[in-house]
Amino acid sequence: MSNIPSGLKYSKSHEWVEDMGDGSVRVGITDHAQALLGDMVFVEVPENGSAVNQGEECAVVESVKAASDVYSPLTGEVIEVNESLADTPELINQDPYGAGWIMRIQLSNAAELEELLDADDYGAMLAEDEQ
Amino acid sequence: MARHTPLHEEHLRLGGKMVDFAGWEMPLHYGSQLDEHNRVRADAGMFDVSHMTILDLRGEGAAPFLRRLLANDIHRLAPGKALYSCMLRADGGIIDDLIVYWLGEDRYRMVVNAATHDKDLAWIQAQAQPFAVTIAERCDDALIAVQGPSARERVHAVLDDGARRAAETLDPFHATETGALFIARTGYTGEDGYEILVPAGDAAALWRALYNAGVRAAGLGARDTLRLEAGMALYGTDMDETVSPLESGLGWTVAWEPAERDFIGRQALEAKRDDPGLKKLVGLLLEGRGVLRGHQPVYWNGKEAGEITSGSFSPFLKKGIALARVDSGVEGRCEVEMRGRRLSALVVRPPFVRHGKACYKM
Repeated sequence: MSNIPSGLKYSKSHEWVEDMGDGSVRVGITDHAQALLGDMVFVEVPENGSAVNQGEECAVVESVKAASDVYSPLTGEVIEVNESLADTPELINQDPYGAGWIMRIQLSNAAELEELLDADDYGAMLAEDEQ
Repeated sequence: MARHTPLHEEHLRLGGKMVDFAGWEMPLHYGSQLDEHNRVRADAGMFDVSHMTILDLRGEGAAPFLRRLLANDIHRLAPGKALYSCMLRADGGIIDDLIVYWLGEDRYRMVVNAATHDKDLAWIQAQAQPFAVTIAERCDDALIAVQGPSARERVHAVLDDGARRAAETLDPFHATETGALFIARTGYTGEDGYEILVPAGDAAALWRALYNAGVRAAGLGARDTLRLEAGMALYGTDMDETVSPLESGLGWTVAWEPAERDFIGRQALEAKRDDPGLKKLVGLLLEGRGVLRGHQPVYWNGKEAGEITSGSFSPFLKKGIALARVDSGVEGRCEVEMRGRRLSALVVRPPFVRHGKACYKM
């Protein structure tokens, strides 16, 4: 059973969003997503300052098995990326909601936050997918 | 309904992530493919490869039949020795790659791929018609590959005295029948080790004994990254019926001599042999960060010159590596297109890793 922290928001494409309370969010991929992909070996993060749009590709995570796109759950500007992932992509496997975060986004439309799933909804979606 | 090997329960007990492979339910990994890979390079790991097809050939026509069927020549064999070969269509296309062991007078054992089981058997039976040979598929065994620098000593520790003595004196690429076991010093990882054919009823006990001797289970995922580091081509990925051994890095497995041996595909290969337009299979080492993947296009001097046939991340080199089929002139540096960008890669001669050592320094 995968870990779904209750304080976070989730996208249907398996990204998590942490509201930093200052108009910015941190984004990563969920425990479920990392478990499906397996051992991470390479992460391509967006450039600092680049614009990202809700639902569009913004990063790539590659496991030994496959490359997988990460979709931006929200619209805004990338203001920080997790530089540690360049040398230690396995942080996404070890600590997907903590040290394995991917980027921080300054939101241009905070109302989009309301469109995301909460932990219960995301958990229900995973349970449905498994059936 | 997926087929299960005699070790199915063992995989479930070890938490194997089971996937379908050519109709068999097989372990992809048991938690971490990278850990399993590294374990084989540094110590010892074991793979259930019981899904592979094992054929026993008997009769005075066995040798003449194999000399017709295979591009490599079993006359290169001595008793107990193994031979790697391709089996070709008349047009030189590869039907499968395989290993054949000479067991004794008029007795050979052949191991072919699981994914090609049906077409291989149909082809082999049809070609065998004119020869005095019987072909029997072995279905009541498990095949366990134990690989890594410590693999042999771990295996020796769990064998009875007779089998241990037989194994200890085996040269590389040789095999022996001992008691109920068939032990071959072969593998698909670039490391030393054994492939052990064991009756189905004894398989779980051997697997557990190996586990208790410190050999960890490794899945198909690690098997693939290990063989890629070892520069070994995979059937269905790096070669298939549309290409010949000459375009697949396997020219060394074609026995041209003696010239009068008329193996299937010989004429077609002879016609291709001196064709300067023939593609070749090379190794690629990505210079920067990233992971190479199958079907990514390869560019050389600005022109498209081929594509990657299998690629991954080398856990040992911590680099993207690949096998690629490219134009004959490609050498030095090339570029691989990945997500719209072209990244520089070195063209090298496989293997990338052999016996726990990197073959290239970067």
